[in-house]
Amino acid sequence: MTTLGAIMVDDQDNVATVLENLKPDHSVAVKSKKSNEAIKSLKVLESIPVYHKIAVEKIQVGEKIIKYGAVIGTATKEIEIGEHVHTHNIKSLRG
Amino acid sequence: MEILGFKRSDGRVGIRNHILILPTSSCSAETARIIAAQVDGAVTFQNQQGCGQLGRDLIRTNNILVSLGCHPNVFGVVVVGLGCETCQPGCISEEIGKRGMRVKKVVIQEEGGTLGAIQKGVRYASEMALEASAEQRISCSLADLTIALECGGSDPTSGLAANPSVGHASDKLIEAGGSTILSETTEFIGAEDTLASRMAKPELIEDLKRIIGRLEESARRSGEDLRGGNPTPGNIASGISTIEEKSLGCINKAGSSQLEEVLEYGEKPTRKGLLIMDSPGFDVDSVVGMVASGAQICIFTTGMGTPVGNGIVPVIKVTGNEATYHKMRDNIDVNAGEVLSGKKSIEESGEEIFQEICRVAQGKKTKAEIFGFSEFGIWRCGETV
Repeated sequence: MTTLGAIMVDDQDNVATVLENLKPDHSVAVKSKKSNEAIKSLKVLESIPVYHKIAVEKIQVGEKIIKYGAVIGTATKEIEIGEHVHTHNIKSLRG
Repeated sequence: MEILGFKRSDGRVGIRNHILILPTSSCSAETARIIAAQVDGAVTFQNQQGCGQLGRDLIRTNNILVSLGCHPNVFGVVVVGLGCETCQPGCISEEIGKRGMRVKKVVIQEEGGTLGAIQKGVRYASEMALEASAEQRISCSLADLTIALECGGSDPTSGLAANPSVGHASDKLIEAGGSTILSETTEFIGAEDTLASRMAKPELIEDLKRIIGRLEESARRSGEDLRGGNPTPGNIASGISTIEEKSLGCINKAGSSQLEEVLEYGEKPTRKGLLIMDSPGFDVDSVVGMVASGAQICIFTTGMGTPVGNGIVPVIKVTGNEATYHKMRDNIDVNAGEVLSGKKSIEESGEEIFQEICRVAQGKKTKAEIFGFSEFGIWRCGETV
């Protein structure tokens, strides 16, 4: 288990922000920002740099990515729990 | 709540007492720089405009220069012009004088060139600086303050720690009767619904849609994709994936107060409380716009660190990234990163920022002020001709 874990800004989010560099096969505790309690534990599937996002739910292609309780984009690839979520697998709805 | 400030003749409050050496065009900016360097208490900026402009773009530059000359943090102004530029030094100094400011004018072409202009400018500025130095701060109120809110060099810690902490301080200032200005229209894209739900009047939702629509239309017309400019390469490398993610993090600076007014770039507010200003995502121009509207202090959050300051207004830097705080200690004033490591709550961090605002208002210098940073730009709305 990593020490700093990851934080979910809103309990509706399907991504969390990792608070330290993560390596595959680590497990990470995800804390809710609202309650300050650990709400789940995930297996990290790949390297994720500090402050980047990790998927806390399985996300289908075209599905909305939720952070801050609001839509920040949609998935361009299928995303497994514990995967890195960033520009390689999500896109903006605006431009 | 009481603070000590400088009361101006029209009742406005300044928290600095500068002599502003105001170049009316880029042709006089170097002369203005040399004049300002000779006089303790003088500030200036690198004006890159003032000529070769037309229509709305010219009017905007003119208005911004006059507004800066009338800023409440300014004791007196020395307008420095070349003489032939479109933003005429005579017109600008007359307009500043009409609004009750102490103002003198130096025209390089009339003084026979650089050395004559410098001599005259330094004489005017030094006389004003002497007078300014005798002025005492008197009891004023936090309600007299307007704080510019800015973010730059954002990373994911901005939205999680620095901005919510600033939001808490913003709410506190508004409760005390003051105002804060949220800026950077590019960084409302994706957060419109959240902002719309907090408008004091329904008409303001239309104002918000108008300024965002105008920006998106302007990008479309030039065949560009706004996403090319925002998030920046640095934002993306740090973990911010989309403009929506950036915007939702940015608007946290506005706390939970109701939005009272949507301002055009550089426009003076007619209402108090939380305000929005149409401004670009480009930090320097955005800060200058809010300063022109009368903000006396700027709170600037940064995840990755930035040295940007302003000659007229102290810029307080806040970061939510503890590594950045230590790495760029020369430039960052407040560490809000302890929110993420669990050492502080957002409320505690916000309180610390609020106290820093009060200290800076009463004379404490920010790191950007210590270095004399005076980054400058006016948001263009037309071509250079």
